[in-house]
Parts: sequence; C-alpha cells; structure tokens
Amino acid sequence: MTHTGLETQSLTLAYRDRTVIRDLTLRIPDRCVTSILGPNGCGKSTLLKALARLIPPNGGQVRLAGEELSRIDTRALARRLAILPQSPKGPEGITVADLVRRGRTPWRGFLAPWSDEDARVCQLALEQVGLGDMAGRSIDELSGGQRQRAWIALVLAQDTPYLLLDEPTTWLDLSHQLEVLSLLQKRNRDHGTTVVTVLHDLNLAARFSDHLILLGPAGLVSEGTPDDVMTESNLQSAFGLKALVVPDPVTGRPMVVPH
Amino acid sequence: MKLILGLVLPLVLAMALTLLVGVQDAGLGNLWNALFVFDPADPAQVVIHSVRLPRLVAGCIAGAGLGMAGTIMQAVTRNPLADPGLLGVNAGAAFAVVVGALLLGSPDNGMIAALTFPGAALASVAVFLLGGARTGAAGPVRLTLAGVALNALLLSLISAVILARSEVLEVFRFWVTGSLAQANTRPLLAMTGTLVIGTGLALLAAPRIEALALGSALARGLGTRPARVQLVALAAITLMTGSAVAVAGPIAFLGLIVPPLSRRLSRHHLRREIFVSAVLGATIILLADTVGRLVVAPAEIRVGIMTALIGAPAFILVVRRLKPGALT
Repeated sequence: MTHTGLETQSLTLAYRDRTVIRDLTLRIPDRCVTSILGPNGCGKSTLLKALARLIPPNGGQVRLAGEELSRIDTRALARRLAILPQSPKGPEGITVADLVRRGRTPWRGFLAPWSDEDARVCQLALEQVGLGDMAGRSIDELSGGQRQRAWIALVLAQDTPYLLLDEPTTWLDLSHQLEVLSLLQKRNRDHGTTVVTVLHDLNLAARFSDHLILLGPAGLVSEGTPDDVMTESNLQSAFGLKALVVPDPVTGRPMVVPH
Repeated sequence: MKLILGLVLPLVLAMALTLLVGVQDAGLGNLWNALFVFDPADPAQVVIHSVRLPRLVAGCIAGAGLGMAGTIMQAVTRNPLADPGLLGVNAGAAFAVVVGALLLGSPDNGMIAALTFPGAALASVAVFLLGGARTGAAGPVRLTLAGVALNALLLSLISAVILARSEVLEVFRFWVTGSLAQANTRPLLAMTGTLVIGTGLALLAAPRIEALALGSALARGLGTRPARVQLVALAAITLMTGSAVAVAGPIAFLGLIVPPLSRRLSRHHLRREIFVSAVLGATIILLADTVGRLVVAPAEIRVGIMTALIGAPAFILVVRRLKPGALT
C-alpha cells in the first residue's frame, strides 16, 4: 500500500502536555492546491510544520511517497519539499536576487559552486513572481506584497515538487492576497507542483484550492473538494459559526457569508 | 576586480609601511635585501627581518582572524552588534594568562601565548555547552547569553586573582591591551595554521551559514542542519579568534567594525564577505600599529589602544546608522 504523495498516518502532534493534533490520517492529493483551514489554535500551522518535518510527530508518522519522513536524508528532502514559514525575516539590506539565490542551497554540492542551472532556476522563479526587473532592489525597499513574493521566489528557486506555505497571505491587502494565491495556482498548473498552504480566509481558500482540509477544536472536521467541505454544518462544528454558504458569483465556488 | 584592487592595494601599502617605518626608517633597498638576500650583520636588515616581519605576520593573523570571526559571528547570530569576544574567547584567554602567571610565577611571553589558545578554546566550548549548541536547542540569543554569563564569571575570577597578587597583575596588565610588539616571541607558524583551518571551515560552511541567516525553520527547509552549521561556524570563530589573541592579545573593536564595512562591500555573499573582512582587518590593524609606533616615537602606543581609539567612534557611527528593528 505505497502511495506516491504526502500523507499522514495516525499522526499525533503536541506541545509539551497539550495535544493539538490527535490520530490524524489524511492524504495530500498530488499535483493539487490544498489549503488547511480552521480556527486559531486548532493546529493548522503545527500540522504544516509536521508535514515539512520541522517538528517531529509525538505519534504516528508522515510519509512522502511511502517513505517515512524522518528516514529521508535532510538534503534529499529539501530537494523534494520546500517550506516557507510564516513571516520570514532576512538579513538587513539583502537584495531580491541574493535572497532568491539562497533557495538553491540544497542543490549546491560540498564546495557549493554556482552553476548555470542555478542561475536559470533563480531567474525563472523571479519572473514567475513578477519580480524579474526588481532583482537588484533591497527587500527593505519593497512593498509588503512584493516582499512576500520575493520570499515565495526563494522557495520556488528550491525547485521542489512539493511546496508548503504557512499563511502566505498574512498582512497583505486583498489584491496582494489574490496576487500571491494566483501565482501559486499558476505554478501548480504549469509545473504540477503540489502546493499546501495554511490560510485564514475561507473564501479565498475555496476559490484557489482543489482540496481543503478543515480542522476544528476537536480535530479533523472534513476534507475534500471545496464543495464537499464548505457546508454550513462543517463550518458550525469547526468555527462554531452560523453562516450561509452560497455560490461565489464570480467563480461559482462556495462562498461563506456569516449570519 | 575593482573591489579586489581597491582592497589589496591599501593592504600592500600598510604592509610596506609596517616594514619600512619606525624608530629607524629603513630604505627600500634594505627591505629588498632583508627579504631576499638577508645579511645578519646589517642592523637595518635585522630590524626588518626579526622585528618588523614577525610584527607584520602577527598583524595579518590578528587582523584577518578578528575581521573574519566578526563577520561569521554576526551572520550566525543575526546580530549586527555581535562581537566574537561574546563567545568568551578573550575572557578565556585572559583567564589562562592569569592562571599561568599564578602557577608559573612570571611566565615569559612565549609561555603566555601557549596558554591563551587552549584557554580561548575551552571558554568557547563552555559557551557552546551552556548555550545548548550540542542538542541543537541553541538559538543565537541563548548562545549570546551564555557568552555574557561566562565572560562575567571569568572576569570576576580574574579580578579576584589580580587584586590579591600584584605579580600576576603585572603580567596581566601588559597582556590585556593587545600589542604586536612581542610578535617575535609568539607562535606565529602554529597560529597561521589554526587560522587557515578556521578559514577553510568558514568558507566551506558559508552557503549553509547564509541559509541559517534566514531563520532556523527556513534553514531546515533548505536542507541544512542548523545545530551542525552553528557548531562548525562557532569552531571556525574560535580558531580564528584564538589565533588572533595568541599572537596579539585582545584587540578591541576590530571584530565589531570590520563586518559592517565588508557587508557593504560584498553584498551578502558570505564567501566574498569573509575575504573582504580578512583583508580589511589586516589593513586596519597594520595601519593602526604603524601610527601607534610613530606618534610617540621612540615609545609606542599599543595597537589594542589604537584600534579602540579608531574603533569606538566608528562603532558609534555604525550604531547610529542601524535601522530600528535590525537587532531582532
């Protein structure tokens, strides 16, 4: 029963004595955009960190292509799976190009020479986030949206089939949120990259995701397509929220309107 | 290319001044002879060969070592005000000098130098362990705190000893302000070796240190092991700073002033930054030493005092230009 994708089996995650995820088994569908949703403190980010091996499971396991994550060599994993933590911080005054360059770390050898391939992938990443002409600018001078795109370019330059992002739209205004999510969606459509994000905005998640994972205070509430997951009863049990779910007039995807 | 010329030319100039200028100015002809066809009967050549040349080598070791160590220290701790001395290297070396003077009576300079390197190394190992670097729990903040605590402890022990024993104070007070004057009694060859090993480690680890400077979560996502990278970086810093302190004693401010300059010149490429720091550090210390020998000739101002005189105003300038939030 080997699978090709990223999956958890009976995964339990805890901080000291507080268990945030208990006995969770789920599969992240390959080549899809998946969003993890849920109220504050339900363990969304914790789950994402465990999927990227930033925190070890307290029970159960995370597997990538059937192999337990903890058994995969660190560098080999970094060539398959990239993660952008929440609100990353770079050295003061670093330029966009120099920041993105660091995304190539897992691909560089012992002496770490810089190859044409490295340069090509970095350039592509910059263009995909729309910062091709800003490579020489310092990230301190960029707007919030541009800065977040520069960080995304860094993980794109890592050139992995799996891309995990922890709240990539936090602190951005609506148009920049759309910008970030559409570029991730485009990367998914063009390269078949499996994208997993933690998001707060339910409507944006429904709009841009192929697959949703909805967590509540008591663990997994529902997973599946946006239409399956975004139901009034699911929202009630995850958020304790009374809401109307109507089709989004633009995309036809489910849209949440709280009472 | 322009950068290399702009850096190397001043260094060559500083080196030439170190060899030529002093109480007794030596001509270029003497310099050539002393370096290539040494005649031990000519006093001018002897001065160059056995006094100023060791001084030059010691200055290069100390300047390059402290400059590079400062750069790596600031990259690893993500703190533009971090000094390699924070790892307890200077305090460890000082403590070794005091213990040596206490146990051996009044040791000669060679003995002091032999004690400082292990003293420095032991102190930084203690900081690694106290800061939890072995288990990977060490963040920059914990390491810095452990360094501050160990510094305070060692300095109070040193004070306790030198207050009670004036012959130890006598040894200590001449050591504690760094100087290149005793260079010909210091283990220059061995310390060149340790400096080269430290530099090699730093250059190898540089791409991973760059990843670490993005925060430990992202660094792990990029396939590095932060605890291991930190350990290698700290080992490099210890080797570099230990070499510097063993040939010249503690030199103030160099490890603090060189990194911001070299960062500006090398645009966040750590390997370039390491090279630039080495050259800048050596240039500054040699110039400071030469000036110190000239201003009150035939006496001299010790280079540790000169670098502090130059370094303190430069440091204030750096602090004033820091953007708010640059320390977090």
